[in-house]
Amino acid sequence: MPDAFVAVDHVDLAYDEASGNAVEDVSLSMREHEFIAIVGPSGCGKSTFMKLCSGLLPPSKGTVVVNGRPVSGPLKIVGMAFQNSTLLPWRTTLQNVLLPLEIVEPYRSSFKQKRAEYEARASALLKSVGLEGFEQKFPWELSGGMQQRTSICRALVHEPKLLLLDEPFAALDAFTREELWCVLRDLWALNRFTVALVTHDLREATFLADTVYVMSKRPGRILARREIDLPRPRELEVTYSDRFAEIVLELREHIGRIRKA
Amino acid sequence: MASKRPKWEAWSPWIVLAVILLAWEAICRGFEISDFIFPAPTAIAQSLIQYAGPIAGHAMQTFWSTMAGFALGVVVGLLLGVIVGSSRLMYTALYPLMVGFNSIPKSAFVPVLVVWFGIGTVPAILTAFVICFFPITVNMATGLATIEPELEDVLRALGANRMDVLLKVGLPRSLPYFFGSLKVAITLAFVGSVVSETIAANDGIGYLMMSAGSQMRMPLVFAGLTVISVMAMAMYVVFAVLEKRMTGWATRGMDARA
Repeated sequence: MPDAFVAVDHVDLAYDEASGNAVEDVSLSMREHEFIAIVGPSGCGKSTFMKLCSGLLPPSKGTVVVNGRPVSGPLKIVGMAFQNSTLLPWRTTLQNVLLPLEIVEPYRSSFKQKRAEYEARASALLKSVGLEGFEQKFPWELSGGMQQRTSICRALVHEPKLLLLDEPFAALDAFTREELWCVLRDLWALNRFTVALVTHDLREATFLADTVYVMSKRPGRILARREIDLPRPRELEVTYSDRFAEIVLELREHIGRIRKA
Repeated sequence: MASKRPKWEAWSPWIVLAVILLAWEAICRGFEISDFIFPAPTAIAQSLIQYAGPIAGHAMQTFWSTMAGFALGVVVGLLLGVIVGSSRLMYTALYPLMVGFNSIPKSAFVPVLVVWFGIGTVPAILTAFVICFFPITVNMATGLATIEPELEDVLRALGANRMDVLLKVGLPRSLPYFFGSLKVAITLAFVGSVVSETIAANDGIGYLMMSAGSQMRMPLVFAGLTVISVMAMAMYVVFAVLEKRMTGWATRGMDARA
């Protein structure tokens, strides 16, 4: 696919000779502004896939092309967020969100001169996820859901083209999780970035994504690709519709098959 | 929580001290133990007052030797800790050697220092230094080596180099470990300098105690001990306060409950 934003082509990755492949023969592509989700059992190499996309690990075989260029090192146009928010406890919420701007170019060299402008940008971002007024709080003064919102803001503050999310909502309670689905949905609708979301939660994948990929257990291969044709914008009510339940069930059957195999 | 804590809890160390001193005094008087063997607290206090001038002079000598050795220990310990903590190769290569070096009894090392540098202040400073840098190194290395891998991924995916990770995450994160180790190191530094002074010096509390001991002036020996422990405790408090001010975020759980 020549117009693909991310093209992963027959990629193997082995951490070392002895342990064998973590992922094997993975091929997929993402259009610009596509939202994909990757689901699969524990230890299926979902996180490995994220490292491949971000350029943290080179593939052992095959190629990864992002934004028209083969990936050979850290990409700088990606933002990442994980299950634990990994915020720095000695920085305020605002300072945590500013961290990427202190590191990535072109913001880095102008950080001192344009600090006020960047702070305004970070504040606006925090406001858009409902954290207005919490800029000067420390992460440990925030609830788990608020920490995760901050973590997502940190992943987005440098306006990355590709957002990589590794089970970002897994540690939250069910209500907070659904609330954050909507936060992510709105951010994505507004800011036009491409998202790869790794998750265990089939409802989450179905609610948020355009395309869901099911991975097998280790070595991770892609077993199924399912386009989610639910109309957008999607409201939470859609998760209780029959159509939604059918898709989730279908995905669940793939996972079930992996278990038995 | 605070309201349930009895008011005298803050005073409890002083109460314990007073009880011990009273019991000590009572035993010395009750059994008529000679001052040459085991002086009573009053005898020690008397000798503290009587020799206040010379004791202060020697105390200053010991204090500054200790601080010089401690400062050296902080610089070297910090550098070594950063090197050992941020590179697995350096850790593997240097750590066993450092453990080996640290297990040398430092008092056995003093004669070597005397041969190299003569009797006096230099061996005291160096003994304080070699005894106190190790805990700083180990703590710094631990702080740096336990950065969450996800956090490192976040930064490296943005193109952060090793220096960025060290400055933005590694060092601030290690600060609580660092200040924790300073409290241990400062007391060890006093041990080092005093040990060296008892073996090879013409100045300092260690020398004072040694010469007082050889003249059987036990109250003066104990006065020296008291002065050392007061100085070490005072410096410990200084670093405990510094720790709390610099790294309040790390002890927030305790603050919240206090």
